[in-house]
Amino acid sequence: MSDSRLEARVKTSQSPHLFSHKQKEALTGWFMAAPALILLLTFLIIPFIFAFYFSFTNQRLVSPNPTEFVGLSNFTRLLTVRTFTLEPLLDETTKQAQRDEAGNLVYPSLRDYTRNNPDYPQLNGLREWRSWQSGNKRTYLLASDVVFMKALVNILLFVLIVAPVQAGLALLLALLINQPLRGINIFRTIYFMPVVISMVVIAMLWRFIYDGNNGLLNTLLGYLSFGNFKPVDWLGNAKTAMPAVIIMSIWQAVGFHMVIWLSGLQTIPSVLYEAASTEGANNLQKFRFVTWPGLRNTAIFILIIITMQAFGLYTQIEVMTRGGPLDSTQTLVFQAVQRGFEKQDISGGSAISVLLFLIVLSVSLIQRYLTRERR
Amino acid sequence: MTYKKLLALIATLFIFATASAQTPLSMWYHGAGNEVEKNILNGIITDFNASQSDWKIELQEFPQGAYNEAVVAAALSGSLPDIIDTDGPVMPNWAWSGYMQPLNLAEGSLDNFLPGAIGNWEGQVYSVGLWDAAVAMVTRRSTLEDNGIRIPSLEQPWTADEFNAALETLKATGKYDYPLDLGMAWTGEWYPYAFSPFLQSFGGDLIDRSTFLSAEGALNGPEAVAFGNWWQSLFANDMAPGTSQDGADRDTGFADGKYAISWNGNWAALGALSAFDDVLFLPAPDFGNGPKIGAASWQFGVSASSKNPEGANAFIQFAIQDKYLAAFSNGIGLIPATASAAAMTDNYADGGAMAVFFELSKQQALIRPPTPGYVVMALVFEKALADIANGADVQDTLDAAVDEINADIEKNKGYGFSN
Repeated sequence: MSDSRLEARVKTSQSPHLFSHKQKEALTGWFMAAPALILLLTFLIIPFIFAFYFSFTNQRLVSPNPTEFVGLSNFTRLLTVRTFTLEPLLDETTKQAQRDEAGNLVYPSLRDYTRNNPDYPQLNGLREWRSWQSGNKRTYLLASDVVFMKALVNILLFVLIVAPVQAGLALLLALLINQPLRGINIFRTIYFMPVVISMVVIAMLWRFIYDGNNGLLNTLLGYLSFGNFKPVDWLGNAKTAMPAVIIMSIWQAVGFHMVIWLSGLQTIPSVLYEAASTEGANNLQKFRFVTWPGLRNTAIFILIIITMQAFGLYTQIEVMTRGGPLDSTQTLVFQAVQRGFEKQDISGGSAISVLLFLIVLSVSLIQRYLTRERR
Repeated sequence: MTYKKLLALIATLFIFATASAQTPLSMWYHGAGNEVEKNILNGIITDFNASQSDWKIELQEFPQGAYNEAVVAAALSGSLPDIIDTDGPVMPNWAWSGYMQPLNLAEGSLDNFLPGAIGNWEGQVYSVGLWDAAVAMVTRRSTLEDNGIRIPSLEQPWTADEFNAALETLKATGKYDYPLDLGMAWTGEWYPYAFSPFLQSFGGDLIDRSTFLSAEGALNGPEAVAFGNWWQSLFANDMAPGTSQDGADRDTGFADGKYAISWNGNWAALGALSAFDDVLFLPAPDFGNGPKIGAASWQFGVSASSKNPEGANAFIQFAIQDKYLAAFSNGIGLIPATASAAAMTDNYADGGAMAVFFELSKQQALIRPPTPGYVVMALVFEKALADIANGADVQDTLDAAVDEINADIEKNKGYGFSN
């Protein structure tokens, strides 16, 4: 089609009707976007506004009592943290610090200070989160909501480990399958398979794999070590439960990010590799100076997506551990759901959601800032 | 079938439907997926619909796991059915929230019912069950006799020392993976239902039942701590499988001989009876304040928004006849709610294989705290028990549980209770 004919068409379509061409285009745009916008509004934006509002009230899931504003108390209950130092008990006669039979210093019971002690109102209802020894003194980090604090630390650790490891493994897989080999699609399918299977199903399967008695993992390790390996209750042990969830989560989503890396890899023009070969670059140099710069935007995208997904850790926890053992796998979303729905405390669950939103937002902004284009 | 015939058929059906003129009443039930249960309930509904010309019950079934949420969602959107069934301990929460209205049954209808089958809230009956459930120590006569362990009776249950010694003895035989199976694999309502009676036998409770306003002292006092220490020792000494128990082991472990004693409900009794010919159902041990077991199972009630409460009450009145109580018991092994119905059943009649459960229910049953706050209490207690089993500090865990329960009660302005 020649330029003049195209121009003619555009001209004829410009009619002296209600809307100008530009307005029409804009209207069509809104019309096309409407289904997505309506869904986003109904299921994302309005609920979030509700959550924000509820977090400042005492709203219950079901209750005949009227809703009241309670200010910041939902947040202060979650976030209050104090330190408190105890001195060892002194022996009446010698004025020396008392020691028990094992030679450990004896301290007054923390419980006497944190429960209904009128002299220490600021400690009322706080619980020990961490404690450490400095000289003779014992310092406690007390929190009003220890479970929330543990969930916060757990999810931060989870993100710190999952984001780089999952992104790295996905890149490795993408490089492996980005080769013109016969049957490479079979591998692509296999790596991608876990992504399309429901997370609930996968979590159930991994529960069997991690089973403490005759799970696949224990059996395999026992076989490989000629029976020397003592079975570990992977999900029932506070030390191994979170690592077990991390490994399973990385495995599940790695295929998804592999595909994104792959699409990034395939946008890099092959002439660049040919040129690099002509210049005598080896494979490592090609990766360092051609592939990696070409994947820059993909890398930023993947990093942000993984971070946001990882903060939302829920399904695996619900199916595999329900936060246990001993809160070692508590997460913010799990706690939000547990409080909001199971314990009927919508305001408490909303407060956690709002905090999670702020955390994810600031982490994403920091990531954007750190990965900005420097010109 | 020709087109004309089909039209004629539709027309006839239409005439029938309008001619009957029974007012439809909707009913929700939690037991979707259980064919036997469904048949019995449908039998009652068919009988009821045929017995009078005013009302017609229409049943909708839900899977148990999704049932409570469906009711809460329906209540929020104002679309509750006329008749709902409710788990006994949850009923006060729904009554308080305004989902349910008191029953209006004929005077004396419930006189002979087991106390656990009647749902009271604020002095009024809101729900009634056609059955109750009970828990017992399931074991084999040979297991105890071979090891010189006394067989306890309702009059003389095991003491705490006897029970602990029995576990030691059974463990020392080396024949079992664990001497005791508590059912830790069954997370959820099983924990408060099956294990809070131990706490109550020690002298503690989930809440101070004189006010229902605080758990302080009840759940973290010396009796509760004694319970917690005992509970922790069961797992620390490998007497019972812990929170990571495999669900399949829970279901078949006793029959497979992995466990010597299983703390299990009457619904599992038929399975145990078919596995061994010398099965015993023993009462809970007495930890100092009498042997206790939980009570209250699923019950029928009328929703607050029902436009036809007379019809809903008429159906419930109809359903609590002994023959239906007996039908449910024979069908799915539940404990019939009256002695006269029990006499009509295969298993609960005098000398029946499970008759002991009826007596257990009658003599030892203690309902879970009848307060709207129970829903939260149950979750808090479940977590505390799991944490203690996994080695958490007993006093600290129980204190935290008390704080959470009390904070919830305070947030809800006492759940209708006041000093």
